[in-house]
Amino acid sequence: MKETYGLIATFDTTPRFYSACEKVRDAGYSQWDALTPFPIHGLDAAMGVRRSKVPRFSLAGGITGFVTGMSFIWWASAYEYALVVGGKPYFSPMYAFPVAYELTILFTAFATIIGMFLLNGLPMHYHPVLKAPQFVRATDDRFYIVIEARDPKFDAARTRALLEQSGGKDIAELEE
Amino acid sequence: MGAHPAEHAAPAILSEVRPAVLPRAILVENHRDFHWITEKICGIVEGQTPVWWWWCFGIAGIVASFTVAGLTYLVATGVGVWGHANPVNWAWDIVNFVFWIGIGHAGTLISAILCLLRQKWRTSINRASEAMTIFAVVCAAIFPVFHVGRIWFSITPGWLFPFPNSNAIWQNFRSPLEWDVFAVSTYGTVSVLFWYIGLIPDLGTLRDRFTAAGKLIRARIYGFFAMGWRGSNRQWSNYEMAYLILAGIATPLVLSVHTIVSFDFAISLIPGWHTTIFPPYFVAGAIFSGFGMVMTLMLPLRAVFRLEDLITQYHIDCMCKITLATGTMVGYAYSMEFFIAWYGANPYEGFAFVNRAFGHYAWAYWIMIGCNVITPQFFWFKAVRENTTLVWCLAIMVNVGMWFERFVIIVTSLARDFLPSSWGYYSPTVVEIFTFFGTFGVFSFLFLLFIRFVPIMPMSEVKSVIPLADPHGSPKH
Repeated sequence: MKETYGLIATFDTTPRFYSACEKVRDAGYSQWDALTPFPIHGLDAAMGVRRSKVPRFSLAGGITGFVTGMSFIWWASAYEYALVVGGKPYFSPMYAFPVAYELTILFTAFATIIGMFLLNGLPMHYHPVLKAPQFVRATDDRFYIVIEARDPKFDAARTRALLEQSGGKDIAELEE
Repeated sequence: MGAHPAEHAAPAILSEVRPAVLPRAILVENHRDFHWITEKICGIVEGQTPVWWWWCFGIAGIVASFTVAGLTYLVATGVGVWGHANPVNWAWDIVNFVFWIGIGHAGTLISAILCLLRQKWRTSINRASEAMTIFAVVCAAIFPVFHVGRIWFSITPGWLFPFPNSNAIWQNFRSPLEWDVFAVSTYGTVSVLFWYIGLIPDLGTLRDRFTAAGKLIRARIYGFFAMGWRGSNRQWSNYEMAYLILAGIATPLVLSVHTIVSFDFAISLIPGWHTTIFPPYFVAGAIFSGFGMVMTLMLPLRAVFRLEDLITQYHIDCMCKITLATGTMVGYAYSMEFFIAWYGANPYEGFAFVNRAFGHYAWAYWIMIGCNVITPQFFWFKAVRENTTLVWCLAIMVNVGMWFERFVIIVTSLARDFLPSSWGYYSPTVVEIFTFFGTFGVFSFLFLLFIRFVPIMPMSEVKSVIPLADPHGSPKH
């Protein structure tokens, strides 16, 4: 007998699903998730999800990129092989700016994506919900709430009742 | 999409006046639902390969072979096979480079700038336009890489990328050409990343559908690239933030890329190039040419795949209006250049412009004016915008005109520089013509692969703009 990962409930309209998420949030669950085929406006608040931390990665990437661009050009043109070009100073932030600007954007892009992947735990090719038979519609036209068994408030009967009251259909157990 | 009523108290004025009902533009016609969108877009990837696709693919491959032949001959022989000679040492190579890179800009405008401006109509043309951007950058990159002749020198001894030469001297970072290397390679990389991030949820949809249909090899391939996406809202939260930040940095990026491309000219001292209007003028021209190409590609796609419900007349209207606006900006820039050439009282500058319009290359100048200034003015008329065939023909004219714009700027200025003794007339060689002609094949080849194997519209984004997606229910539908 495999262990239970949690309970999954199906919803077919956005408004009903949205209010169900609010009910699960208000019931005090923390280890649960909502599966949707597209990002639903305002669902973060309905679920009690905090603001994403991706911008911290982006900021770090951007600063790294700018510093890399400026210091590389200084190093190459004023230190490693200092060469007078047009009688001008070896280094000036003015002429180094376009390259530093582009590197700021390049590094920010990579940092943002790496941050998104890390925070989302991607790539993750195995996950209990991925093998659920109903999952094919999670990326198509259905909405699901999954409440995990490891949630301290999880109780097979009571959680099932909550999902039923919120309008969830086809409530099923997910195997680990 | 209404805000929470509890969060915002209604303004007091609402008790006295009834707000006018402004109907929102319908972005997906015929009340299509989520599943219809999935079936429609996935159906293109999952279905049989159409016969026309093979024909187009074959023709595109043959056309692309012209570029391969031209470049092979160039590398085997030397850059002398191109028609560049004093005084025109820059010609078709940079004309074609600027032409292709400019086309890419509309894709980023649609995916990034319109995202920040919350223009929801962008969703259905976003994916294909971004693909267009990437393939246009590929075509553009061919020219600077191959103009160094021995292409391996572009990396070391650093004819393009920053590596010291054999005397251990580094690149001149004061040169806009070196800035261009960074701008274009960053642009290409960020465009690919942005495109891929947008693709992840849709690749997940394809993975699940192929798994359900029992086609496990394809499920594995799409699943690999979907990275295990499961559409959980905790994932969407980070995903949406990442997407917003990418849009936020792609916007200054796209403006900087064509600004730096224009610096290639503006920072020199050649009459006709050395003008401060170049950066905004080039950016407007790039978006203008890009929308020409977006319409050139999207209108046939819409007809072939019966996408009228997703790319509606409203979408075509919006694209035509942006083309009109940017085309008019370009027309303004042309006249302002002329005015400043006269007002600046520099005889060389004045001559350069009179020579453009009435000299040996006047034919190119008037093709440019006809295609870029007059053509878009037809988009003022609703009847024109509703005639898809006519819109497509006008879009082709825009493409032609923008190629000639770069030709006029680059070649006329160089062919008649300061000393009459060094004047010349430039004509392309067969090798140049082959290489440029073939890039249309390279572009089409890549684009055909894209429409065959990748969902051509971001399903998750299109689903999120239909009334059914509104979590508070939409009273009007």
